[in-house]
Amino acid sequence: MIMLSTIRRILTQLRHDPRTIALIVVVPTLLITLIYFMYDGQPRVFDRIALTMLGIFPFITMFLITSIAMLRERTSGTLERLFTTPVGKLDLLFGYGIAFGGAAAVQAAVAAGFAYGVLGMRAAGGLGLVVLIAVANAVLGVALGLLCSAFARTEFQAVQFMPLVVAPQLLLCGLFVPREAMTGWLQAISDVLPMSYSVQALTEVGQHADPTGTMWRDLGVVLGAIIVALAVGAATLRRRTE
Amino acid sequence: MDTAIEVTGLVVRRGKRAVLDGFSCSVPRGSVTGLLGPSGSGKTTLMRTVVGVQKVVAGTVTVLGVPAGAPALRSKIGYLTQAPSVYADLTVRENARYFASLHRLGKDAADQALETVGLTGAAGQLVADLSGGQRSRASLACAIVSRPELLVLDEPTVGQDPVLRDELWAHFRRMAADGATVLVSSHVMDEANRCDRLLLIREGVLIADDTPAAVKKSAGSDDLDQAFLNLIRAHEAVAA
Repeated sequence: MIMLSTIRRILTQLRHDPRTIALIVVVPTLLITLIYFMYDGQPRVFDRIALTMLGIFPFITMFLITSIAMLRERTSGTLERLFTTPVGKLDLLFGYGIAFGGAAAVQAAVAAGFAYGVLGMRAAGGLGLVVLIAVANAVLGVALGLLCSAFARTEFQAVQFMPLVVAPQLLLCGLFVPREAMTGWLQAISDVLPMSYSVQALTEVGQHADPTGTMWRDLGVVLGAIIVALAVGAATLRRRTE
Repeated sequence: MDTAIEVTGLVVRRGKRAVLDGFSCSVPRGSVTGLLGPSGSGKTTLMRTVVGVQKVVAGTVTVLGVPAGAPALRSKIGYLTQAPSVYADLTVRENARYFASLHRLGKDAADQALETVGLTGAAGQLVADLSGGQRSRASLACAIVSRPELLVLDEPTVGQDPVLRDELWAHFRRMAADGATVLVSSHVMDEANRCDRLLLIREGVLIADDTPAAVKKSAGSDDLDQAFLNLIRAHEAVAA
């Protein structure tokens, strides 16, 4: 009940901000169109990169939105006030996860639908699985955003966590250099970064008509990372502060 | 049980500084108690402790018969922070309804709270578009929406129109008459006269704890401003 009204409250806040909604929905589609023209005449390469980007965009967007939204809750006093009411930590964590996960589903569905219908992107496993993995990635972004907001005092600091959290994952996820071709220590780092698994899962969906065991395992790893990030994030939500 | 808040030997540190160092006081149920003192004297820290969001080094704080911060209190307390803590990107009504929903209350409760703070006409406006005074009233509406047993208000009337301030105080009195306890901080002395009891606090030390009339009598002045000054001087003379 409290969780539901928290979800509604977060989505209402989003609804009052049409520019943010437009950016969430339109920007990934625009960038994928850009990639389409960059790899004009190389449909296989476009398929691979577009699929990967469909997993990465929701992660970046939701990480940023959540870390700023949560930082606002912390600095504006609303979080302190919420903690004097019957709100539970889980109401907040799941409230943000579900609300922004839903927004990410819309974002991923629009971008994937456009890539498929207009740009001719092909994924052997179908769009449903692509969107599912994209949403899992988005929720991972929400969970890490909630966590990182605890380490930022200002919005300036909060946005600086974006390159720190996103860039290494983007560089080492196998998009630029295949993971197998990386030197040992790089591969070891890549192995502990959750985005490596979501990108691999998307690659599996691109190549196989039916969901593979590797894909499910990768998705499981991402879910595990979400749970760990949420649990650590919950520990940073303190009812009592200094 | 006629004590709403009982504070004994409270020690709170922020950074290295002890904001409250062995502070004790008590607040009777069904009263309006004014917490007065200059900025930085520990008023907000004391209020944060009472509502259970302040880390405490030592001492006991009992609120409505249970330790401050106990889960059972979360449905019985209304807390107004000094800076308006409402969502700027929601309308006034949406804010009130959200905070009402946390107490499993519906839109009637929200509308009533907005009526009380005189914001019915602005209910559809985004909080970001409101004046400072309206914003703090929106925040107040969210604190009173659950009709709490204990209302903790940190400077609720700053920047408010005098007529409205008068109405708000009348409302606090009504709530107390209905059995609620109101702890309200202020630095406006004419408001202190409207309290049942006063707690004067300076640099984390309780200087007076009495009715306004008794405070004035013991300080030998009919003017509360002057009375407080006398009490502070007397206190310093004892300390020195």
